[in-house]
Amino acid sequence: MSEFILQILNGLDKGSAYALIALGLTLIFGTLGVVNFAHGALFMIGAFCSVTLSRILNASYVTIDPTQKDFLGNPLKVKSSYMESWFGPEVGGAITDWSVPLAILFSIPIMIVVGIAMERGLIKHFYKRPHADQILVTFGLAIILQELVRGFYGANPIQTPAPEALSSVAQLGGSLGLEIVYPAWRMVYFFFSLAVIGGVFAFLRFTTFGMVVRAGMADRETVGLMGINIDRRFTVMFAIAAVVAGWAGVMYAPINAPNYHMGMDFLVLSFVVVVVGGMGSLPGAVAAGFLLGILESFASWERFKIFDGLDQIIIYLVAIIILLTRPRGLMGKKGVMED
Amino acid sequence: MTKNLTRRGVLKSGAVAGAGLAVPTIFTASSAAAYTNEPTGSSVTLGFNVPQTGPYAEEGLDELRAQELAVEHLNGMGDGGMMNTFSSKALKGNGILGKKVEFVTGDTQTKSDAARASAKSMIEKDGAVMINGGSSSGVAIAVQGLCQDAGVIFMAGLTHSNDTTGKDKKANGFRHFFNGYMSGAALAPVLSSAYGSDRNAYHLTADYTWGWTQQESIAAATEAMGWNTVNNVLTPLASTDFSSYITPVLNSGADVLVLNHYGGNMVNSLTNAIQFGLRDKVVNGKNFEIVVPLYSELMAAGAGKNVEGVIGSMNWNWQLTDEGTKAFVKSFGEKYGRPPSNSAHTCYVQTILYADACERAGTFNPCGVGEALEGFEFDGMGNGPTLYRAEDHQCFKDVLVMKGKENPSNEYDTLQILEVTPRAQVEYAPDHPMFAGGELGACNSGA
Repeated sequence: MSEFILQILNGLDKGSAYALIALGLTLIFGTLGVVNFAHGALFMIGAFCSVTLSRILNASYVTIDPTQKDFLGNPLKVKSSYMESWFGPEVGGAITDWSVPLAILFSIPIMIVVGIAMERGLIKHFYKRPHADQILVTFGLAIILQELVRGFYGANPIQTPAPEALSSVAQLGGSLGLEIVYPAWRMVYFFFSLAVIGGVFAFLRFTTFGMVVRAGMADRETVGLMGINIDRRFTVMFAIAAVVAGWAGVMYAPINAPNYHMGMDFLVLSFVVVVVGGMGSLPGAVAAGFLLGILESFASWERFKIFDGLDQIIIYLVAIIILLTRPRGLMGKKGVMED
Repeated sequence: MTKNLTRRGVLKSGAVAGAGLAVPTIFTASSAAAYTNEPTGSSVTLGFNVPQTGPYAEEGLDELRAQELAVEHLNGMGDGGMMNTFSSKALKGNGILGKKVEFVTGDTQTKSDAARASAKSMIEKDGAVMINGGSSSGVAIAVQGLCQDAGVIFMAGLTHSNDTTGKDKKANGFRHFFNGYMSGAALAPVLSSAYGSDRNAYHLTADYTWGWTQQESIAAATEAMGWNTVNNVLTPLASTDFSSYITPVLNSGADVLVLNHYGGNMVNSLTNAIQFGLRDKVVNGKNFEIVVPLYSELMAAGAGKNVEGVIGSMNWNWQLTDEGTKAFVKSFGEKYGRPPSNSAHTCYVQTILYADACERAGTFNPCGVGEALEGFEFDGMGNGPTLYRAEDHQCFKDVLVMKGKENPSNEYDTLQILEVTPRAQVEYAPDHPMFAGGELGACNSGA
């Protein structure tokens, strides 16, 4: 029983990342009609915002310690943290320890700038081009971005740990008499994603801006005829989608050490999530993200593993079945991406 | 002319016939040359085939640094590095056989097809007389086959699968790096001594040739010490999140987790295992332990604090204190400002050994060079007395058992040497069942 619950938690955790990325993809597709294959790169850039802030906060100055030797036998260069020397070991240490949560704020301006630059600088020129062109150009952009990150940060994964207080395992299932331990940070990630998803939905549902965007998603021309500059709002939505993907990456950094390729690892699966959820459907993207995350998790579990590699293809198998039985996906609407 | 003979038909037939005739000559030496890419000018070209992009690019970069250093030393520049400590004194610092050493590089991308394409290009277009390097067993086996067909020597880089010098061994291929069997033979006594002989091990294994053979080797070696293998789960190479594979370990009754993973897989699976509290877990009154049978410095740096206290094995490490290691670390450190990795050491040593074999054989002919390398015993290259066994072209030398350092003083100080396992302990018969199934075959010079 406890293993079953653990696999559900694993699935929700994986699903959180899928849902956040797919949510951004759907926002961009729903508003701008663009199939953005560079969206995984935004997730990766978000993770590297964590890495960058961690490096900034851990910036150090070098002093020479003549009593110790380096690998060449020269006096050892000892690094000391600026934070700790400025604020003392306790406060300075705490600031650096909480670099990942702090990166949520740090990433906002970066992701907005990257998102707007991406949309205004490149993608807007492809609004009226076929989807195949959009896929090619955004995929090319994704490769360029990941190679830039590799050139700057190297190809090795970079450990970016969660705060010490959230790095332990949470004891769950006590009231059920079950022994369930689960990494605290993964729980944080799940609840964080729920909060972000809830925030995006509330923004679209309860603000005037959101109402206009939803109206634009439903009928862009009519909204334009009413004198509303819907393009500008859609650019803002692109930036919001970039921030959502970036936050997904920021908080994912302690789960798996960021590397330049991580965006590509998530991109294809997230697209499948969007298609299964229904093109243009925000609730569909979120529901499919969690559903496919759980399915993937159970497919990795030996007890349910009918054959090796099932976990690698389960999402695609389910996608085929769903699209055969519900061609518009779980919550897709008529007329979206249809001639 | 019959009515069936059309213009289209003639063109198709011509193309097929042309391709058919061309295939056998792709890797054949020109009529004037005695063997593939026989150097005729004042220089000789070596081909360094390493991952320059992709997940192992950092490792490839370090291999490339070491190979460039080796070329410098062969051409008489720099301080000579390990050429000063090498027991063979055939090399004079004037290139190889009096020819200046030049090199070309290829990018394996850690993909077999890309690695074969880059090796083929270096052989056909650049005239490389040997291929050196790489960071994957799948790649090594693929390129080794190509070099056998092409008639050039292949010195494999970081390849740890038993198959490279087992069922997939080739007469033109040589491996300086150790293998899965050797890791098992070195690790098992240390693990037994550190954690006891009554242990239940759960294996997570990368689902390809290297993972399979390493798991088989570690399981056999630890079971011989009294350990029980509870389970072995194959994980796809493309996996990034191992949480679904780690959670079944929690209630499996296992008290040791063996991660037969390398590179990004290892960094992620170890990180996930630590996240799930395995290192702090107590099972049946024993502390839960994690073992990573194959370590590298770059991988340990990627795993960060997670490697603390975790035992594994290595081919070589810059912290060794023999004269060869000291000479290489000094040379490499002064040029690049960092200690060399064990894959850098392997590629450096292989370049020097290839050059030395050419000098001793008096030729670049791969069959002559192969003969000079077969059964060659030497010292001064960092692992004590070393043998390139003639029967399978596997190198035999001391193996290092490593442990993740508890309080590293800097970014290069991640691992400590726990034990230097003597060569005799990791040797095995050429017909050992784990290496059965292949034939070395005959050397191919391409003539």
